Amino acid sequence: MRVHAQRAGALLGGLMFPAWSMADWTLNMTPGVTGTSNEIFSLHMTILWICVVIGVVVFGVMFWSIFAHRKSQGAKPANFHENTLVEILWTIIPFVILVVMAIPATATLVDMYDTTESEVDIKVTGYQWKWQYEYINEDFGYFSNLSTPRDQIENRQAKGENYLLEVDNPLVIPVGKKVRFLLTANDVIHSWWVPDFGVKKDAIPGFINETWTRVDKPGIYRGQCTELCGKDHGFMPVVVEAVPEEEYNAWVAEKKEAAERERQLTQKDWTMAELMERGEKAYQTACAACHQPDGSGAPPAFPALKGSPIATQDMAAHIDIVVNGKAGTSMQAFGNQLSEVDLAAVITYERNAWGNNTGEMVTPKEIFDYKNQQ
Amino acid sequence: MADQQANKAGAPRSNTRVVGWCMASVVGMFAFGFAMVPLYDVFCEITGINGKTGGRYESTEVAEADMSRTVKVQFLASNGPGMTWKFRPVVRSVDVHPGEPTTVNFYAENPTTEAMVGQAVPSLAPSEGTLYFHKTECFCFNQQPLEAGESTEMPLIFIVDKDLPKHITKLTLSYTLYDQGKQPAVTQTSRKDTTTNDNG
Amino acid sequence: MAVTGVFMSAVADTHAQDHHHGPAKGISRWLLTTNHKDIGTMYLIFSFAMFLLGGTMAMVIRAELFQPGLQIVQPEFFNQMTTMHGLIMVFGAVMPAFVGLANWMIPLMIGAPDMALPRMNNWSFWLLPCAFLILVSTLFMEGGAPNFGWTFYAPLSTTYGPPSTTFFIFAVHIMGISSIMGAINVIATILNLRAPGMTLMKMPLFVWTWLITAFLLIAVMPVLAGVVTMMLMDINFGTSFFDASGGGDPVLFQHVFWFFGHPEVYIMILPAFGAVSHIIPAFSRKPLFGYASMVYAVGAIALLSFVVWAHHMFTVGIPIVGQLFFMYATMLIAVPTGVKVFNWVATMFRGSLTFEAPMLFAVAFVILFTIGGFSGLMLAIAPADFQYHDTYFVVAHFHYVLVPGAIFGIFASAYFWLPKWTGHMYDETLAKTHFWLSFIGMNLAFFPMHFLGLAGMPRRIPDYALQFADFNMVSSVGAFMFGATQLLFLLIVIKCIKGGKKAAAQPWDGAEGLEWTVPSPAPYHTFATPPEVK
Repeated sequence: MRVHAQRAGALLGGLMFPAWSMADWTLNMTPGVTGTSNEIFSLHMTILWICVVIGVVVFGVMFWSIFAHRKSQGAKPANFHENTLVEILWTIIPFVILVVMAIPATATLVDMYDTTESEVDIKVTGYQWKWQYEYINEDFGYFSNLSTPRDQIENRQAKGENYLLEVDNPLVIPVGKKVRFLLTANDVIHSWWVPDFGVKKDAIPGFINETWTRVDKPGIYRGQCTELCGKDHGFMPVVVEAVPEEEYNAWVAEKKEAAERERQLTQKDWTMAELMERGEKAYQTACAACHQPDGSGAPPAFPALKGSPIATQDMAAHIDIVVNGKAGTSMQAFGNQLSEVDLAAVITYERNAWGNNTGEMVTPKEIFDYKNQQ
Repeated sequence: MADQQANKAGAPRSNTRVVGWCMASVVGMFAFGFAMVPLYDVFCEITGINGKTGGRYESTEVAEADMSRTVKVQFLASNGPGMTWKFRPVVRSVDVHPGEPTTVNFYAENPTTEAMVGQAVPSLAPSEGTLYFHKTECFCFNQQPLEAGESTEMPLIFIVDKDLPKHITKLTLSYTLYDQGKQPAVTQTSRKDTTTNDNG
Repeated sequence: MAVTGVFMSAVADTHAQDHHHGPAKGISRWLLTTNHKDIGTMYLIFSFAMFLLGGTMAMVIRAELFQPGLQIVQPEFFNQMTTMHGLIMVFGAVMPAFVGLANWMIPLMIGAPDMALPRMNNWSFWLLPCAFLILVSTLFMEGGAPNFGWTFYAPLSTTYGPPSTTFFIFAVHIMGISSIMGAINVIATILNLRAPGMTLMKMPLFVWTWLITAFLLIAVMPVLAGVVTMMLMDINFGTSFFDASGGGDPVLFQHVFWFFGHPEVYIMILPAFGAVSHIIPAFSRKPLFGYASMVYAVGAIALLSFVVWAHHMFTVGIPIVGQLFFMYATMLIAVPTGVKVFNWVATMFRGSLTFEAPMLFAVAFVILFTIGGFSGLMLAIAPADFQYHDTYFVVAHFHYVLVPGAIFGIFASAYFWLPKWTGHMYDETLAKTHFWLSFIGMNLAFFPMHFLGLAGMPRRIPDYALQFADFNMVSSVGAFMFGATQLLFLLIVIKCIKGGKKAAAQPWDGAEGLEWTVPSPAPYHTFATPPEVK
């Protein structure tokens, strides 16, 4: 009941203060920041204007008839019902227009398919409902999750500027270099789209697709998944940060170092409080979408964790299901998605939050050992 | 009455015949729907459009390597949903001359406490290169069983065709490793009964 | 068209017959009827019920999208709504409405006493409510209704589908059988029961378009049945047609689906082309311009529809040669479609136009369908499609061809033939109100979607970024307006059935065709003796 009241309140509030100030009335496609997106934009504008001209002519004749040939204006009907010349003309003229249109379209397409000579290769894997980026030549990778808080989505909090278009770890690419994306998916088909790049390609489980971009202007570019991939299809944005090369190199070095630090963190002695704090954060990004922030779940597809046997009884079973997932359900294997520290933190959090006060904790080291000695 | 009328119209047409033709088309099209599966496979094999590399390549002629150019072959490994194995290529990429057979290895380890069977599914980008990528030996031809805790290096021997179009300088071969079910016989004793739990 | 010189004796005979066997009484009249008019009526009522149901779901979708954030429904349910809305509108509202029109009008137009296979006709109708009962019941099942979009791409619909997917497959099978039987009946009727003298090239265009539609149905509904059968096997019998882990290919699903799916969209529009080709000449009081080219254009569109399917899949990674082929083939469709539009405009040119409700809907059909055609042409340009694909631009496009295309075509036909069906004139003022509110609501709902798509809003999302807020609100307001207006249509039809100005056998000055030679309302049995067409 309280939830309903809250929702009603939020709805009412939303109605009274609509998001006018933050919104805009963009009418057209963005020209974007890459050669491809600019070519697409000019194709789009050309075909649009061709359509407008044809429309003006055709509708012009039609409106003239509607205006001038009304019975109420005393129009007497003519009786013609065919004219071979006219009919041939209006078959050939559109055909010629199409041929003219097809030429630049073909050229752009050929260019878009040319993935050779790439300098940076990034593997992009779609998961329900996040993206994984792996820098093939650099040997590291990470997951990119929506970072908009649930409170904003459920209208308990004012929405931020980049509502639903913000992630915890954006993809970082260097400007001025040809970046090749290799797309695949883990579970269902996803589609990776950054409008400013003019890049959209499906990520298909078991298959690899490729596409490329070269961004010349540093900046943050936002896109979304564009293939229906289940419940949170609307909540898996793509954020790409294009940075100058030196900055990119520094970032890569830092990323590699961070991976090393993470390995060391695993060995550190963690306290319950530290794990709980980190666990809550990790839970909100990795688990809350299905099991809900308060652990209440959304049965039957997403069972509650609050008071559930798995989170309150046998610890080994709990670790097993988080690390290895559960076949035939939406429960993924998080063993390769989260670090040992985050796994330990999440499990500890789940065993002690929302009144699951088992008082038990599991350390990153134990997870590490579990994963390696199963 | 219908037949009577048709007769009056001067064209003796039979509903039975029309229905017969229609039903035959329906059955035909239903079959065609299924036929699209093998047709698509054949079509893909001929054109290479879906990036699925073919089966074992058996060449009759001993091809001479084209030393004038090199092609970079990149290897990627992914795990299918719920697959807990460690799976990665031993080398990230190799430079090869078209025509020369090359051997690379993929590392797989089953870290679980149960014996499992995996199956790798290959895919190549760009798909245009599929026709020119021949595997003479591949772990993806067969299922790969691994005992609990066991690890292995799985070989792949391939030849990049000399006819590979000149503009292709890099091929990316990706394997996705799928869990083909656990082997129950080995695991009865050690299996932890987590699947009956309704959590997850 | 030269459908003149009809023996009125056919009508007299019918009256005589009515005394012998009119409609049965009570429920069995409807359950057991083999009368094409009764069955046509049932199809139309069923389709309108489904239109309201699917429309209600659209209202839920638009209410959730009224502003950013999750307010009314959760994403799981939102996905069920988009899926069911699509399925119900396509298979429950539009297709049965056209079959209803076909049942009523084809025998009247070709001077046949009934459909060729009346018992199968009854059967094919009654399968439909069964199919939709199963489909709608999935909403109440554990795990909810299908939530993978009306295109049900694998593996989202197979490995990751809800438990109700099997029922969804079963429902699709049943409605497929129903459509196929309906199509066979139409073909048999048109080929075998035409009045003496009515050669193929004298057939009314509605009959022509339906004949071609029926062939399309026979060609592609079995493919749909095949693809859902493969899904069923993947889900329940361990095959892996579409599962990469067993050597299958998810992209194959899309190829098979769209091999059905693209002709399917023409199935939903061709009969409307036919109906509009009757209405525009009638209210222009001038013969249809280019009858023969209309027939050839429809044939060309139908043939092309088999070789363009992959334009729905430009982003799946088809190699460039395939991409180019499908781009060119798709662009070609603009030629015959253009011919049709030009013909309609030329029919209006130098006519003597009046704007009763059928004409208003028909003119709106031509204008708005053409706009949908333009966005279709834009979508055909493969590189540009990379930006449009799976955004609201596509949603705008297909709603522009389906709502003012199929739905307005159906409304136009309904108003055009209501006097013939009921024997009364409908309330013209109310009907015009219905038109203008629908017209404004529809454009308000769907035109801003073009802008949303171009600005980057993906389709099938329950919540969106803030820059999309304004147009979504406008769109929702338009959708509510359009939705509410349709209740007015119900009122108009009920009012027309109950009474109103008596309709003459030929209520429209300019209308031509055999259907206007029988009295209004059309007697239970017509053309027991075939009329002669010169």
